[in-house]
Amino acid sequence: MADTAVVEHAEHYTATGLDNRKLAMWAFLGSECLLFGALISAYLLYRGRGIGTKPHNVYDIPYTSVSSFVLLMSSLTMVLALSALQRGYERKCRVWLTATAMLGVTFISGQVYEFTTFVHKGLSLTANPASSAFFVLTGFHGTHVTLGIIMLLSLVGLSLLGKIGPRNSLLVELVGLYWHFVDIVWIVIFTVVYLMPAPK
Amino acid sequence: MATEHAVEHAPGEHAHPGPGEYIRIAVILAVVTAIEVGAYYLSALSHQALAAILLVMMVVKFSLVVLWFMHLRFDSRLFRRLFVTGIILALAVYAIAFSTLIFVRHT
Repeated sequence: MADTAVVEHAEHYTATGLDNRKLAMWAFLGSECLLFGALISAYLLYRGRGIGTKPHNVYDIPYTSVSSFVLLMSSLTMVLALSALQRGYERKCRVWLTATAMLGVTFISGQVYEFTTFVHKGLSLTANPASSAFFVLTGFHGTHVTLGIIMLLSLVGLSLLGKIGPRNSLLVELVGLYWHFVDIVWIVIFTVVYLMPAPK
Repeated sequence: MATEHAVEHAPGEHAHPGPGEYIRIAVILAVVTAIEVGAYYLSALSHQALAAILLVMMVVKFSLVVLWFMHLRFDSRLFRRLFVTGIILALAVYAIAFSTLIFVRHT
Protein backbone atom coordinates (compact mmCIF):
# COMPACT_ATOMS: atom_id res chain seq x y z
CA MET A 1 0.00 0.00 0.00
CA ALA A 2 1.33 3.43 -0.88
CA ASP A 3 2.37 5.87 1.81
CA THR A 4 0.80 9.30 1.82
CA ALA A 5 2.82 12.47 2.33
CA VAL A 6 1.49 16.00 2.46
CA VAL A 7 3.27 18.42 0.13
CA GLU A 8 3.29 22.03 1.23
CA HIS A 9 3.91 25.08 -0.95
CA ALA A 10 3.51 27.53 1.94
CA GLU A 11 6.77 29.43 1.39
CA HIS A 12 5.43 31.31 -1.66
CA TYR A 13 1.86 32.00 -0.51
CA THR A 14 0.54 35.54 -0.65
CA ALA A 15 -2.28 37.30 1.21
CA THR A 16 -4.67 35.72 -1.33
CA GLY A 17 -3.63 32.26 -0.15
CA LEU A 18 -2.34 31.49 -3.64
CA ASP A 19 1.21 30.90 -4.80
CA ASN A 20 2.56 34.17 -6.22
CA ARG A 21 4.48 32.36 -9.00
CA LYS A 22 1.28 30.78 -10.30
CA LEU A 23 -0.53 34.11 -10.00
CA ALA A 24 2.28 35.77 -12.00
CA MET A 25 2.08 33.05 -14.68
CA TRP A 26 -1.68 33.58 -15.12
CA ALA A 27 -1.17 37.37 -15.31
CA PHE A 28 1.54 36.78 -17.94
CA LEU A 29 -0.77 34.47 -19.94
CA GLY A 30 -3.52 37.10 -19.73
CA SER A 31 -1.11 39.63 -21.25
CA GLU A 32 -0.08 37.10 -23.92
CA CYS A 33 -3.76 36.96 -24.97
CA LEU A 34 -3.40 40.63 -25.90
CA LEU A 35 -0.25 39.99 -27.96
CA PHE A 36 -1.79 37.14 -29.94
CA GLY A 37 -5.14 38.96 -30.08
CA ALA A 38 -3.40 41.85 -31.83
CA LEU A 39 -1.54 39.54 -34.24
CA ILE A 40 -4.68 37.53 -35.12
CA SER A 41 -6.62 40.80 -35.57
CA ALA A 42 -3.92 42.06 -37.94
CA TYR A 43 -4.16 38.86 -39.98
CA LEU A 44 -7.97 39.01 -40.16
CA LEU A 45 -7.88 42.64 -41.25
CA TYR A 46 -5.20 42.10 -43.91
CA ARG A 47 -5.87 38.59 -45.18
CA GLY A 48 -7.62 39.63 -48.38
CA ARG A 49 -5.37 42.60 -49.11
CA GLY A 50 -2.56 43.18 -51.58
CA ILE A 51 -1.60 41.58 -54.85
CA GLY A 52 0.06 38.25 -55.62
CA THR A 53 -0.14 34.95 -53.76
CA LYS A 54 -2.23 35.05 -50.59
CA PRO A 55 -1.76 32.63 -47.67
CA HIS A 56 -5.15 30.92 -48.22
CA ASN A 57 -4.12 30.05 -51.81
CA VAL A 58 -1.25 27.84 -50.63
CA TYR A 59 -2.54 26.15 -47.47
CA ASP A 60 -2.17 22.37 -47.23
CA ILE A 61 -5.04 21.60 -44.83
CA PRO A 62 -4.41 17.83 -44.39
CA TYR A 63 -0.76 18.55 -43.53
CA THR A 64 -1.61 21.35 -41.06
CA SER A 65 -4.37 19.18 -39.53
CA VAL A 66 -1.76 16.54 -38.63
CA SER A 67 0.48 19.27 -37.13
CA SER A 68 -2.47 20.55 -35.09
CA PHE A 69 -3.21 17.03 -33.86
CA VAL A 70 0.45 16.62 -32.80
CA LEU A 71 0.36 19.86 -30.78
CA LEU A 72 -3.01 18.93 -29.25
CA MET A 73 -1.64 15.57 -28.10
CA SER A 74 1.43 17.30 -26.63
CA SER A 75 -0.99 19.00 -24.21
CA LEU A 76 -2.13 15.54 -23.09
CA THR A 77 1.45 14.32 -22.50
CA MET A 78 2.20 17.56 -20.61
CA VAL A 79 -0.73 17.16 -18.22
CA LEU A 80 0.15 13.46 -17.76
CA ALA A 81 3.71 14.52 -16.79
CA LEU A 82 2.34 16.82 -14.08
CA SER A 83 -0.14 14.20 -12.89
CA ALA A 84 2.64 11.57 -12.66
CA LEU A 85 4.90 13.92 -10.68
CA GLN A 86 2.14 14.89 -8.25
CA ARG A 87 1.55 11.18 -7.59
CA GLY A 88 5.27 10.63 -6.96
CA TYR A 89 6.23 8.90 -10.23
CA GLU A 90 9.32 10.93 -11.19
CA ARG A 91 10.55 8.60 -13.93
CA LYS A 92 7.11 8.57 -15.61
CA CYS A 93 7.09 12.36 -15.40
CA ARG A 94 10.45 12.52 -17.24
CA VAL A 95 9.12 10.21 -19.97
CA TRP A 96 6.01 12.36 -20.50
CA LEU A 97 8.04 15.60 -20.44
CA THR A 98 10.41 14.18 -23.08
CA ALA A 99 7.42 13.04 -25.17
CA THR A 100 5.94 16.56 -24.95
CA ALA A 101 9.24 18.11 -26.07
CA MET A 102 9.50 15.64 -28.97
CA LEU A 103 5.94 16.39 -30.10
CA GLY A 104 6.84 20.09 -29.94
CA VAL A 105 9.94 19.45 -32.07
CA THR A 106 7.74 17.56 -34.58
CA PHE A 107 5.36 20.52 -34.75
CA ILE A 108 8.18 23.04 -35.25
CA SER A 109 9.85 20.87 -37.91
CA GLY A 110 6.49 20.74 -39.69
CA GLN A 111 6.19 24.52 -39.52
CA VAL A 112 9.70 25.01 -40.95
CA TYR A 113 8.81 22.65 -43.83
CA GLU A 114 5.49 24.47 -44.37
CA PHE A 115 7.18 27.90 -44.45
CA THR A 116 9.77 26.60 -46.95
CA THR A 117 7.01 25.23 -49.21
CA PHE A 118 5.08 28.50 -49.00
CA VAL A 119 8.17 30.55 -49.95
CA HIS A 120 8.70 28.28 -52.98
CA LYS A 121 5.08 28.98 -53.97
CA GLY A 122 5.72 32.74 -53.93
CA LEU A 123 4.49 33.61 -50.43
CA SER A 124 7.18 35.58 -48.60
CA LEU A 125 7.28 37.88 -45.59
CA THR A 126 7.22 40.99 -47.80
CA ALA A 127 5.03 39.72 -50.69
CA ASN A 128 1.86 41.52 -49.53
CA PRO A 129 0.16 42.66 -46.27
CA ALA A 130 -1.68 39.32 -45.96
CA SER A 131 1.50 37.22 -46.16
CA SER A 132 3.33 39.57 -43.76
CA ALA A 133 0.52 39.21 -41.20
CA PHE A 134 0.50 35.42 -41.69
CA PHE A 135 4.27 34.96 -41.21
CA VAL A 136 4.44 37.33 -38.22
CA LEU A 137 1.54 35.57 -36.48
CA THR A 138 2.65 31.98 -37.10
CA GLY A 139 6.32 32.93 -36.61
CA PHE A 140 5.58 34.41 -33.17
CA HIS A 141 3.65 31.27 -32.27
CA GLY A 142 6.54 29.07 -33.48
CA THR A 143 8.97 31.11 -31.35
CA HIS A 144 6.75 30.49 -28.31
CA VAL A 145 6.70 26.74 -29.05
CA THR A 146 10.50 26.74 -29.37
CA LEU A 147 10.86 28.50 -25.99
CA GLY A 148 8.47 25.93 -24.54
CA ILE A 149 10.62 23.07 -25.87
CA ILE A 150 13.71 24.63 -24.24
CA MET A 151 11.84 24.89 -20.92
CA LEU A 152 10.63 21.28 -21.19
CA LEU A 153 14.12 19.95 -21.89
CA SER A 154 15.44 22.03 -18.96
CA LEU A 155 12.83 20.36 -16.73
CA VAL A 156 13.98 16.93 -17.92
CA GLY A 157 17.58 17.93 -17.09
CA LEU A 158 16.60 19.22 -13.62
CA SER A 159 14.65 16.03 -13.00
CA LEU A 160 17.66 13.90 -13.94
CA LEU A 161 19.73 15.92 -11.45
CA GLY A 162 17.12 15.13 -8.82
CA LYS A 163 16.05 18.76 -8.46
CA ILE A 164 12.40 18.15 -9.36
CA GLY A 165 10.08 16.03 -7.28
CA PRO A 166 6.53 15.98 -5.94
CA ARG A 167 7.52 18.67 -3.42
CA ASN A 168 8.25 21.24 -6.13
CA SER A 169 5.79 20.08 -8.80
CA LEU A 170 4.73 23.71 -9.22
CA LEU A 171 7.69 24.27 -11.57
CA VAL A 172 6.30 21.61 -13.92
CA GLU A 173 2.80 23.07 -13.50
CA LEU A 174 4.02 26.55 -14.52
CA VAL A 175 5.78 25.27 -17.65
CA GLY A 176 2.65 23.19 -18.30
CA LEU A 177 0.44 26.30 -18.17
CA TYR A 178 2.72 28.01 -20.71
CA TRP A 179 2.67 24.93 -22.95
CA HIS A 180 -1.14 24.59 -22.84
CA PHE A 181 -1.42 28.31 -23.63
CA VAL A 182 0.71 27.80 -26.75
CA ASP A 183 -1.68 24.96 -27.66
CA ILE A 184 -4.86 27.04 -27.22
CA VAL A 185 -3.36 29.84 -29.32
CA TRP A 186 -2.81 27.26 -32.08
CA ILE A 187 -6.42 26.04 -31.69
CA VAL A 188 -7.52 29.61 -32.54
CA ILE A 189 -4.95 30.04 -35.34
CA PHE A 190 -5.86 26.71 -36.96
CA THR A 191 -9.56 27.60 -37.06
CA VAL A 192 -9.43 31.32 -37.79
CA VAL A 193 -6.40 31.43 -40.09
CA TYR A 194 -6.42 28.05 -41.85
CA LEU A 195 -10.00 26.72 -41.88
CA MET A 196 -12.17 29.84 -41.87
CA PRO A 197 -13.42 30.66 -45.40
CA ALA A 198 -11.35 33.44 -46.99
CA PRO A 199 -13.09 36.62 -48.21
CA LYS A 200 -13.86 36.71 -51.96
CA MET B 1 6.80 1.18 -4.80
CA ALA B 2 6.15 4.85 -5.53
CA THR B 3 5.01 7.13 -2.76
CA GLU B 4 1.62 8.77 -3.24
CA HIS B 5 1.70 12.48 -2.48
CA ALA B 6 -1.46 14.31 -1.51
CA VAL B 7 -0.98 17.90 -2.70
CA GLU B 8 -2.30 20.48 -0.28
CA HIS B 9 -4.61 22.90 -2.11
CA ALA B 10 -4.89 26.65 -1.65
CA PRO B 11 -8.28 28.22 -0.76
CA GLY B 12 -10.85 27.83 -3.55
CA GLU B 13 -8.88 25.04 -5.25
CA HIS B 14 -10.07 21.45 -5.74
CA ALA B 15 -8.24 18.19 -6.46
CA HIS B 16 -7.09 17.76 -10.07
CA PRO B 17 -8.52 14.88 -12.13
CA GLY B 18 -6.62 11.65 -12.83
CA PRO B 19 -4.95 10.41 -16.05
CA GLY B 20 -8.11 8.60 -17.21
CA GLU B 21 -10.10 11.84 -17.36
CA TYR B 22 -7.26 13.62 -19.19
CA ILE B 23 -7.21 10.87 -21.82
CA ARG B 24 -11.01 11.14 -22.25
CA ILE B 25 -10.64 14.92 -22.81
CA ALA B 26 -7.84 14.30 -25.36
CA VAL B 27 -10.08 11.85 -27.27
CA ILE B 28 -12.86 14.48 -27.38
CA LEU B 29 -10.34 17.07 -28.62
CA ALA B 30 -9.15 14.71 -31.37
CA VAL B 31 -12.74 13.95 -32.45
CA VAL B 32 -13.71 17.65 -32.53
CA THR B 33 -10.58 18.42 -34.62
CA ALA B 34 -11.54 15.64 -37.06
CA ILE B 35 -15.09 17.09 -37.32
CA GLU B 36 -13.61 20.56 -37.92
CA VAL B 37 -11.47 19.32 -40.81
CA GLY B 38 -14.40 17.26 -42.15
CA ALA B 39 -16.66 20.34 -42.08
CA TYR B 40 -14.00 22.29 -44.04
CA TYR B 41 -14.33 19.80 -46.92
CA LEU B 42 -18.16 19.74 -46.88
CA SER B 43 -19.08 21.65 -50.04
CA ALA B 44 -22.78 21.67 -49.08
CA LEU B 45 -22.14 24.23 -46.31
CA SER B 46 -22.40 27.95 -47.02
CA HIS B 47 -19.49 30.18 -45.92
CA GLN B 48 -21.55 31.60 -43.05
CA ALA B 49 -22.63 28.15 -41.82
CA LEU B 50 -19.07 26.82 -42.04
CA ALA B 51 -17.69 29.85 -40.16
CA ALA B 52 -20.31 29.43 -37.41
CA ILE B 53 -19.65 25.67 -37.03
CA LEU B 54 -15.88 26.20 -36.94
CA LEU B 55 -16.14 28.97 -34.33
CA VAL B 56 -18.34 26.82 -32.06
CA MET B 57 -15.90 23.89 -32.28
CA MET B 58 -12.94 26.20 -31.68
CA VAL B 59 -14.59 27.50 -28.48
CA VAL B 60 -15.30 23.90 -27.35
CA LYS B 61 -11.64 22.86 -27.85
CA PHE B 62 -10.32 26.06 -26.26
CA SER B 63 -12.57 25.61 -23.22
CA LEU B 64 -11.69 21.93 -22.75
CA VAL B 65 -7.95 22.66 -22.71
CA VAL B 66 -8.29 25.70 -20.43
CA LEU B 67 -10.74 24.11 -17.98
CA TRP B 68 -9.23 20.61 -17.72
CA PHE B 69 -5.60 20.66 -18.86
CA MET B 70 -4.88 24.12 -17.39
CA HIS B 71 -7.05 23.24 -14.37
CA LEU B 72 -9.06 26.49 -14.39
CA ARG B 73 -12.14 24.40 -13.52
CA PHE B 74 -10.43 23.23 -10.34
CA ASP B 75 -8.17 26.17 -9.40
CA SER B 76 -8.87 29.52 -7.75
CA ARG B 77 -11.35 31.90 -9.39
CA LEU B 78 -8.70 34.62 -9.33
CA PHE B 79 -6.71 32.80 -12.04
CA ARG B 80 -9.89 32.56 -14.14
CA ARG B 81 -10.51 36.31 -13.75
CA LEU B 82 -6.94 37.18 -14.80
CA PHE B 83 -7.16 35.02 -17.91
CA VAL B 84 -10.69 36.06 -18.92
CA THR B 85 -9.67 39.73 -18.57
CA GLY B 86 -6.87 39.07 -21.08
CA ILE B 87 -9.29 37.42 -23.52
CA ILE B 88 -11.83 40.26 -23.20
CA LEU B 89 -9.11 42.85 -23.83
CA ALA B 90 -7.89 40.84 -26.86
CA LEU B 91 -11.43 40.78 -28.29
CA ALA B 92 -11.70 44.52 -27.61
CA VAL B 93 -8.47 45.10 -29.59
CA TYR B 94 -9.98 43.28 -32.58
CA ALA B 95 -13.30 45.14 -32.28
CA ILE B 96 -11.55 48.53 -32.14
CA ALA B 97 -9.20 47.71 -35.04
CA PHE B 98 -12.09 46.38 -37.15
CA SER B 99 -14.33 49.39 -36.39
CA THR B 100 -11.48 51.78 -37.21
CA LEU B 101 -10.90 50.07 -40.55
CA ILE B 102 -14.61 50.29 -41.46
CA PHE B 103 -14.65 53.96 -40.38
CA VAL B 104 -11.55 54.75 -42.51
CA ARG B 105 -13.06 52.97 -45.55
CA HIS B 106 -16.27 55.04 -45.34
CA THR B 107 -14.55 58.45 -44.98
